[in-house]
Amino acid sequence: MGTWVFPAAGWVLLIALYGLVTSRNLIHAIGCLAVAQSSTYLLLLAVGYRRDATAPVYSDLTPGTRPVVDPVVQALALTDVVVGATVTALLLALTIQLRKRHHTVDPQALTGLKG
Amino acid sequence: MTARARLAVFLAAAAVIAAFFTAACTHLPPFGTDSHPYGERAVAAALDRRTANVVSSVNFDIRAFDTLGEESILFGTVLGATLLLRRARDERHRRAEAERVVPTTRLFGALLLPIALVVGVYVVAHGQLSPGGGFQGGVVLATALHLAYVAVDYRALKKLRPLAVLDVADSLAAASYSLVGLAGLIAGGAFLENVLPLGTFNTITSGGTVPVLNAVVGVEVACGLIALLAHFLDQAVELTDPDQQRYGDT
Repeated sequence: MGTWVFPAAGWVLLIALYGLVTSRNLIHAIGCLAVAQSSTYLLLLAVGYRRDATAPVYSDLTPGTRPVVDPVVQALALTDVVVGATVTALLLALTIQLRKRHHTVDPQALTGLKG
Repeated sequence: MTARARLAVFLAAAAVIAAFFTAACTHLPPFGTDSHPYGERAVAAALDRRTANVVSSVNFDIRAFDTLGEESILFGTVLGATLLLRRARDERHRRAEAERVVPTTRLFGALLLPIALVVGVYVVAHGQLSPGGGFQGGVVLATALHLAYVAVDYRALKKLRPLAVLDVADSLAAASYSLVGLAGLIAGGAFLENVLPLGTFNTITSGGTVPVLNAVVGVEVACGLIALLAHFLDQAVELTDPDQQRYGDT
């Protein structure tokens, strides 16, 4: 069953890209981008997984008694989450401005360039 | 490009991505493998620096320089959103109205807000020991404050939220991260080297610079997020859109 985790991450990415391509609403597109990003969490955590291992936190665990999962990819996932949140915030702010200036949030209705 | 053509181009590209991705997956180490060379070295390094939470040790000690970039991204986003969501010339400011709230909701907010704030501080302060840290605790702190908005109204939140102070605190915290890094240089080591005394394993003062950087990031995330949400909430609650009358809302 475990071998399907990597293709599942790819599947989540493709689903999100499909949503981005067919999106008729920028808020929806930003949601799709968040889904695309979550595929990277899945991939990172799957790469770091170790069977029968516990969290890499030694506050209630004597070092050396149990195997732990890879902490490096977990730290990368944390960075990923933070960057994802900031990107979402900036894109939402841009969407608000777009709605104010162009009176639409449909990306396919945005054709003209305005100075 | 029509919607149909766009979909066709996407499906072709998706097929290529899927083929290469599947091919790449077959060359990855098997899922749940026992061999994690980087992970094992990170665990050894964290235990050597007496930091119980290895993820915090990776983020704030081994990869501290990367986290400097990460927190700079966060700072840049707060600046960018502030700039994008400033009040335009044709927008009018409307004072938020007092809302009627069920007394039990108000009580719930009044009880839960201090508890949530304490939990946030706890999560930041114990980042080097247990799951959590500056980023997670900062988000808890920022959302805790917004219980005032959920349980009472926007006026109550505005009273609890000294935005000018938070903006300055955000900038100072962002700068402090670099200053902790410079302390490593002054002490004769490398930038962001863990130069503080490491303390006793599994106590709150252990980990050298890790708890310091955690606290700095916690302050930055909390202040930055409150400022960020403040601009979004101002848009929703306090600004009247002049186009609403002219064009009709969609």
